[in-house]
Amino acid sequence: MSEVTRIPTDLRQGSQTAGGIGESKLRPDGTLKVTGEFAYSSDLWHEDMIWGHTLRSPHAHAEIVSVDTSAALAQAGVYAVLTYDDLPAEQKNYGLEIADTPALAAGRVRHHGEPVALVAADHPETARRAAAKIRVEWRELPLVTDEESALAPDAPVLHPGRTDGHARHVPHPNVVHRQPIVRGDAAAAALRADHIVTGEYEFGMQDQAFLGPESGLAVPAEDGGVDLYVATQWLHADRRQIAPVLGLPEDKVRMTLSGVGGAFGGREDLSMQIHACLLALRTGKPVKMVYDRFESFFGHVHRHPARIRYEHGVTADGRITHARCRIVLDGGAYASSTPAVVGNAASLSMGPYVVEDVEIEAVGLYTNNPPCGAMRGFGAVQACFAYEAQMDRLAAAVGMDPVAFRQLNAMSQGSRLPTGQQVDSPAPVAEILRRVQARPLPPERQWESAGGAADVRALPGGLSNTTHGEDVVRGVGYAVGIKNVGFSEGFDDFSTARVRLEAAGGEPVATVHTAAAEVGQGGVTVQAQIARTELGVAQVVIAPADTRVGSAGSTSASRQTYMTGGAVRNACAAVREQVLALGRRKLGTYHPAWATAELLLEGGKVVTDRGEVLADLADVLDGEPPVDVELPFRHRPTEPFDIETGQGFGHVQYSFAAHRAVVEVDTALGLVKVVELACAQDVGKALNPLSVVGQIQGGTTQGLGVAVMEEIVVDPATARVRNPSFTDYLIPTILDTPAIPVDVLELADPHAPYGLRGVGEASTLSATPAVLAAIRQATGLALTRTPVRPEHLTGT
Amino acid sequence: MRVTFTVNGREQQADDVWEGESLLYVLRERMGLPGSKNACEQGECGSCTVRLDGVPVCACLVAAGQAEGRDVVTVEGLAGDGLSAVQQAFVDAGAVQCGFCTPGLLVAADDLLEQNPSPSDADIREGLSGNLCRCTGYEKILDAVRLAAARRGEGA
Repeated sequence: MSEVTRIPTDLRQGSQTAGGIGESKLRPDGTLKVTGEFAYSSDLWHEDMIWGHTLRSPHAHAEIVSVDTSAALAQAGVYAVLTYDDLPAEQKNYGLEIADTPALAAGRVRHHGEPVALVAADHPETARRAAAKIRVEWRELPLVTDEESALAPDAPVLHPGRTDGHARHVPHPNVVHRQPIVRGDAAAAALRADHIVTGEYEFGMQDQAFLGPESGLAVPAEDGGVDLYVATQWLHADRRQIAPVLGLPEDKVRMTLSGVGGAFGGREDLSMQIHACLLALRTGKPVKMVYDRFESFFGHVHRHPARIRYEHGVTADGRITHARCRIVLDGGAYASSTPAVVGNAASLSMGPYVVEDVEIEAVGLYTNNPPCGAMRGFGAVQACFAYEAQMDRLAAAVGMDPVAFRQLNAMSQGSRLPTGQQVDSPAPVAEILRRVQARPLPPERQWESAGGAADVRALPGGLSNTTHGEDVVRGVGYAVGIKNVGFSEGFDDFSTARVRLEAAGGEPVATVHTAAAEVGQGGVTVQAQIARTELGVAQVVIAPADTRVGSAGSTSASRQTYMTGGAVRNACAAVREQVLALGRRKLGTYHPAWATAELLLEGGKVVTDRGEVLADLADVLDGEPPVDVELPFRHRPTEPFDIETGQGFGHVQYSFAAHRAVVEVDTALGLVKVVELACAQDVGKALNPLSVVGQIQGGTTQGLGVAVMEEIVVDPATARVRNPSFTDYLIPTILDTPAIPVDVLELADPHAPYGLRGVGEASTLSATPAVLAAIRQATGLALTRTPVRPEHLTGT
Repeated sequence: MRVTFTVNGREQQADDVWEGESLLYVLRERMGLPGSKNACEQGECGSCTVRLDGVPVCACLVAAGQAEGRDVVTVEGLAGDGLSAVQQAFVDAGAVQCGFCTPGLLVAADDLLEQNPSPSDADIREGLSGNLCRCTGYEKILDAVRLAAARRGEGA
């Protein structure tokens, strides 16, 4: 095995290394995850560790008159009780884009569940009981709960004295960000319309509902710093926010990613990170914090609820003339990523359609509702629900088939977004619609068995046995959407990969080290596949993600395969060049091709581009120090949207998905059974087809959830969350989820590594409006809000 | 208090257990068996599913004291020399993404296939309806259970 192969041979290993890109390689962490050994952030344990707990506000807007912690401190087993007064540094706030979020409430709370105090104790129940003994005197303040109350003349200003970058251009201090887009002449174009269709739509507040609760372990270090093991989407962004509040330099906050039980945007913002570190540094003991599900609903931001108004014009022959659109997103008490959500909502508000003349406005509000930020689909989801409802109404207005109408107006490569940005890679919008429409429909009345008895499991209401088919009607609906990939609007978006190649036991072994958060999507699988393809080695080790390597950016915006995948490919290319240079030095005299041919690494060998084997890679590496390269990778630059016209090259890449939903509705009870939810999506290049399909099906199901069941209900009178539990906040079970056939297209984006497109989000967009369209077709109801509840269908 | 029960075939004991502690807490925090998961701790998600005297239960809803003297099987007890058929099928079918629901689903699927070695799709959906998954959309979980049933059938 270790004998050097110096003789030219035709024993080429094939054009691809086994386990490389394009294969459905299985997850490297799969075995640990099925045996229960995989260590999630809530599984961590440390000698002498104690438990942290958070006291949260029962009010949505209140002044803290006084806090008395003496009874809590006096309880046996309590190590520390911390409030705002105990924060050690001048910097008290943190935030993803705007540092407006107090680490602990500073005399005032702005939303239900805001952290007020922390307790560390020897048992989680001790900590909970001690927290309950903290006496807080409150004075309730008037509430801001919607656009009207936020902008009223006497509205309380939630964040006085704003100095953030958006403060200067917003019409009111309770507006986080406003992004208009004006292109063409909507008023003139409207005159060409034969029909004008206007609609008002409402999108409910969705929760990411990742299953692994916010949790982690902070271990105080001898150097005065802290080691934090935590589940997050972006280690370096966490550290940038944590360190100043702890009063520590960033290099004394060392972070390691622990097992992450899903994310979906809900781990972009900090939750328990600062709190656990504060308690650990105060007590000198390792501190574990684990939220329960109730607390988790208060521990992370949600998807922005939205109110959306559209006006579209259409000619008699089905061409969209113009559109006007206003999207109001409720950002809740703190900014989180609201500015970027607003930018997405505005720039993608026309959907994947050609609309030349537009007037668009998106605004994000500060209110006393729960803070909202990132969730899968990020600002593109709410608009898609509304513009797709408009498309069906426009098609009806001109008497066209809804799919044919969409195809007639669909964008394609070369089309422009309302921002003026040209779509400069394939945009197969018409084709993915064609594909979902061309699928055979699932058979009707599948609940009828041969024996005549109804299988209630196939009916709306299921095992509740509410119908045997009476009052059940079928509907079919279509939708398509557009999502941007990567960070937009001029953000310096990069990832970093460190790749090491060495001989171990006579075999070449590559080690890939990045800070990319594996949250379940399979990034670790794909990074290893890329290294195999690029370096031609079988053995690839993925090192744990931590802050000892440069930032990978966030596991969000469908960006990690593109960005960290691109970084791994880049670093591998640099390693390859060094290895080939090494080979030329060591072995170049054995064969002239070392100097003259283009050389590749394949199957553990150095080969020429004509397939001649020059050497075993292990022999090139043997006796040498490891070849070790760390490099950043950037996607092409983008630019901010103009603050008045919204024009600008704002996005990196787009991802398109279409759905066809088939539903059966029990019209007497308002119960919906989604029978099938077929999807077609262009992924550019499927680096791991199994994972790609898994992403599309998972995203589809979250879109289904917010169509028919998922909503955080906030009491408008108190701004309190009414359903913070899986008893009352429902996510789809296996009984609620239909067959999800997936059609994957691979039309390469020439700007992206391997031509790939980020796949994580697009399917979340179109699933919701497709289900709504199908319910509308079944019932004839207008249904302008999502999620649809039974009373919306029965009128009761 | 002290609790003693059998876990995955081995007798285990925990001391200084607070009476309010769940079986899940004792398994995870006192017995070094964190495989059973804590996604909701309110009996809604199934991620903590274990078998108590053979019957699948949410360990978060069982007081630790109720397990006294009884037999508990957790996800850590499913594998023999290698992975069990259900475990291997979950890996092979792509049914694992973040994996937080996986331990509970495996215990539930193991029980399902014991009761019904060749379940229909409707049977699988009914059998696993108490286990939430947020990542996969369940399609590949169905694939995994079908695959496990087929492999167990071949092996029988």
